[in-house]
Amino acid sequence: MGKKTKWMLVAACVLALVVALAGCGNQNQPKQSPQQSSGGQAEVSGSVTAVGSTALQPLVEQAATQYMSKNPKAQIVVQGGGSGTGLSQVAQGAANIGDSDIFAEEKSGLDASQLVDHRVCVVAMTCVVNPGVTVGNLTTKQLQDIFTGKVTNWKQVGGPDQKITVIHRPKGSGTRATFKKFALDGVEETAPGMEQDSSGTVRKMVAETPGAISYLAMSYVDKTIKAIKINDVEPTVDNVIAGKYPVWSYEHMYTKGEPTGLAKAFLDYMVGPDVQDQLVSKMGYIPITQMKVERDAQGKVTQK
Amino acid sequence: MEKTMTPVLDVEKIEQAGNPVSGAGKSLTAKRRRYGEIIGRGLAFSCAAAVILITLAIIYFIAVKGLAIFTVNGVSIRSFLLGLQWYPDRPAAQGGPLVGAATMIIGSVLVSLLAVLLSTPLSVIVSVFMVEIAPGWGQRVLQPAIEILAGIPSVVYGWIGLSMLVPFIRIHSGGQGFTGFSLLAGFLVLSVMILPTVISVSADSLKALPGQWKEAALALGSTRWQTIRMVLVPAARTGIITGVVLGLARAFGEALAVQMVIGNTREIPHSILSPIMTLTSAITMDMGYTIMGSMWNNALWSMGLILLIMSFFFILTIRLVVKRGMVK
Amino acid sequence: MNNRLADRLATVMFWAGALLVLLILGFLLGYILIHGLKDISWHFLTSPPQNMLAGGGIGPQIFNSFYLLLLAMLITVPVGLLAGIYLAEYASQSRVTESIRLCIETLSSLPSIVVGLFGLLIFVNMTGWGYTLMSGALALAVINLPLMVRVSEEAIRSVPPELREASLALGAARWQTMWRVIIPSAFPGLLTGGIIAAGRVFGEAAALLYTSGMSSPPLNFADFNPFSHLSPLNPFRPAETLAVHIWKINSESLIPDVRRVADGSAAVLVLVVLIFNLSARWLGRVIHRRMTAA
Repeated sequence: MGKKTKWMLVAACVLALVVALAGCGNQNQPKQSPQQSSGGQAEVSGSVTAVGSTALQPLVEQAATQYMSKNPKAQIVVQGGGSGTGLSQVAQGAANIGDSDIFAEEKSGLDASQLVDHRVCVVAMTCVVNPGVTVGNLTTKQLQDIFTGKVTNWKQVGGPDQKITVIHRPKGSGTRATFKKFALDGVEETAPGMEQDSSGTVRKMVAETPGAISYLAMSYVDKTIKAIKINDVEPTVDNVIAGKYPVWSYEHMYTKGEPTGLAKAFLDYMVGPDVQDQLVSKMGYIPITQMKVERDAQGKVTQK
Repeated sequence: MEKTMTPVLDVEKIEQAGNPVSGAGKSLTAKRRRYGEIIGRGLAFSCAAAVILITLAIIYFIAVKGLAIFTVNGVSIRSFLLGLQWYPDRPAAQGGPLVGAATMIIGSVLVSLLAVLLSTPLSVIVSVFMVEIAPGWGQRVLQPAIEILAGIPSVVYGWIGLSMLVPFIRIHSGGQGFTGFSLLAGFLVLSVMILPTVISVSADSLKALPGQWKEAALALGSTRWQTIRMVLVPAARTGIITGVVLGLARAFGEALAVQMVIGNTREIPHSILSPIMTLTSAITMDMGYTIMGSMWNNALWSMGLILLIMSFFFILTIRLVVKRGMVK
Repeated sequence: MNNRLADRLATVMFWAGALLVLLILGFLLGYILIHGLKDISWHFLTSPPQNMLAGGGIGPQIFNSFYLLLLAMLITVPVGLLAGIYLAEYASQSRVTESIRLCIETLSSLPSIVVGLFGLLIFVNMTGWGYTLMSGALALAVINLPLMVRVSEEAIRSVPPELREASLALGAARWQTMWRVIIPSAFPGLLTGGIIAAGRVFGEAAALLYTSGMSSPPLNFADFNPFSHLSPLNPFRPAETLAVHIWKINSESLIPDVRRVADGSAAVLVLVVLIFNLSARWLGRVIHRRMTAA
């Protein structure tokens, strides 16, 4: 009994998916990309699922809600689950869009060549310390020494005589990958220290633990903790935009092959003015449209 | 449970004797009734069989995914179980990805053993109290209290640990860089979580003891304490051990409450205040970040397999204990 | 004399132990309710959560928790009841019965995270549903099934054998006897056991992280079409429950008022579990009184 219902449900789902895909397919009209703003464009319909990065999820969710209120026939389902989940689901074809904090090329076990990258915004990371630490600037070398455990006391880098407590982010998180790549120049963080997932907890722990050091998304830095300059560059939005401050990464939305139909329309909407000029900065990201530099998966920076 | 088997057998006889279906005149209702009987029985059986099917499916799929790291990625079982290095993202040029789960296995074992160690004496005391010292009070007040304790969701335990216990430990640990997230916080939370399991199983086994034993011991002039210590608790030890093992199983498999308070550091703890990482917390933290089928991901499934194997181990232990207890 | 003193001391120890457990429970409940109740308001209970800003509520999460529980119970109750009937009524002492019991034991001691992994593999990936309420409900059903089977087997076995014998002697078939005589008289046990089982999975989170997901997409509570993806009734949408929400805001959320939302959510969870527990007790007593009085 249970089995039959289950199979019927599976069948229903497959059917729904086929219908949805057919709906998308039908819109394969000659490259007439929908206008950026919603005014007077042909109605878009169908259903699209975006899965992945929990860091990007709030933005996509908000954008999807706005988009759907303007295009009532469109269905955009946004799910979290993490960048790895997003990438594997889009590669398998289980989701239309895979949200990721890092380039697909950087994840092992994935054929990135079939995925098409759509960058929707930029997120910058700041190195933060306990306010009691008098050090205000660290060089890449010093950061490397701290995060590999070579330097264990602040006085070794010109600070007070105080033990350094390193707080890592989870391995595999986009935040950690970005920090490792651009603040530590790819050097592996081997210093002992706890892995803490939550930005809120990290901020609290850095604020309350003397000698603590960690890193956070820039929008998350407040007065309870102290932001550190890296190689004498202040971590500010302007420095990121100008390409001076290196510790930032794109938020990606991947599709398998070039997107069509609703997926394409929605991705266009994501980089359109409705999202970029309002939502993105409201939610603590940096608009992709403002960036004066561009970076590829290998980390090579070019002026736009 | 087997005690009630006898009436069932009687029923069978009665049914055969009184069943009109066996007669010659098969009325419509009788026919329908017989089909109903067959369908009903089939339905009941298929649902019971579904339980087997689900169990086998879980074992099969977790095993297939969990063994992939050994069969597909070619990691040796030894290096997975005993390796201390967890660098699944280290490029091959620098010594290849390393997936040693030993720190997490040690973390899981330590935190659950300490929890059981703390929780067992209290549980035995409380279960004896409920059965021997003040049965009425125990029944009316403690029984519901323990049920509520069992009903509090594990995230709530985790949240209390995180919002109260961790800061408490941080403040009182002397401020040498201890953050409060620690082995200590982990096993304190767990020890409260497993209390109801151990208490209720032990209490049940104490209740099941024949009353004459106690009376005989008291009649011989032993005090109540002597009776409890020398007669009742030893006699109920099978049940108490079962409860402890069940508690251990629960502690070993608990994920979120532990993850929230232990600090998640892949290191062998050198003190009770050090942060640790368990198998369950590693799975919950990394599962979403990794690509299905990649080596990193496979390593997480292997940790799931270890959890599965451990829960078999606990069940077998219980069965063994019960069997030996019955022989004696 | 010495023995008597030891006996006294032991008695003190037993009382102390019992009081300690009560103290722990009182402290836990007090802590949760004192911190949580002040945050609970109508707005908090009904409004959707916030991603970045303070002031979010837990409305969808509460709905999801109950809806998920309902879906899970819709699967568990019939299957568990029938399996319980089989074990109590039909099963002989055979290998099959023995292995069913072993499986029930195994299932009930499985860590819920393992069930969650299984759910991720089967109900999320293999079915292609993604993170949905349905996947979560199936995972919860797996967790709840052993308890439900045990509850129904015990309830059925506790029905006095005379009832069954009388019915059979009157010429009723076994199946008829089961539905017309035994189940009705086992009903109080089934109900209370079922409610307690429901309370246990209401706060489950580890099995749901990777099955029903950690996102709560916007819902339109005026939409009752279960096929519309904005409808809260659609079982094929991702849904975050209250317990998962507490975990998520503590692990990866960006809202500044984590403390307030977590306190409030924990209080709601504990209150619901308390209600489940107390109502099961109360119902059991009421039904028992009514049946024995009749």
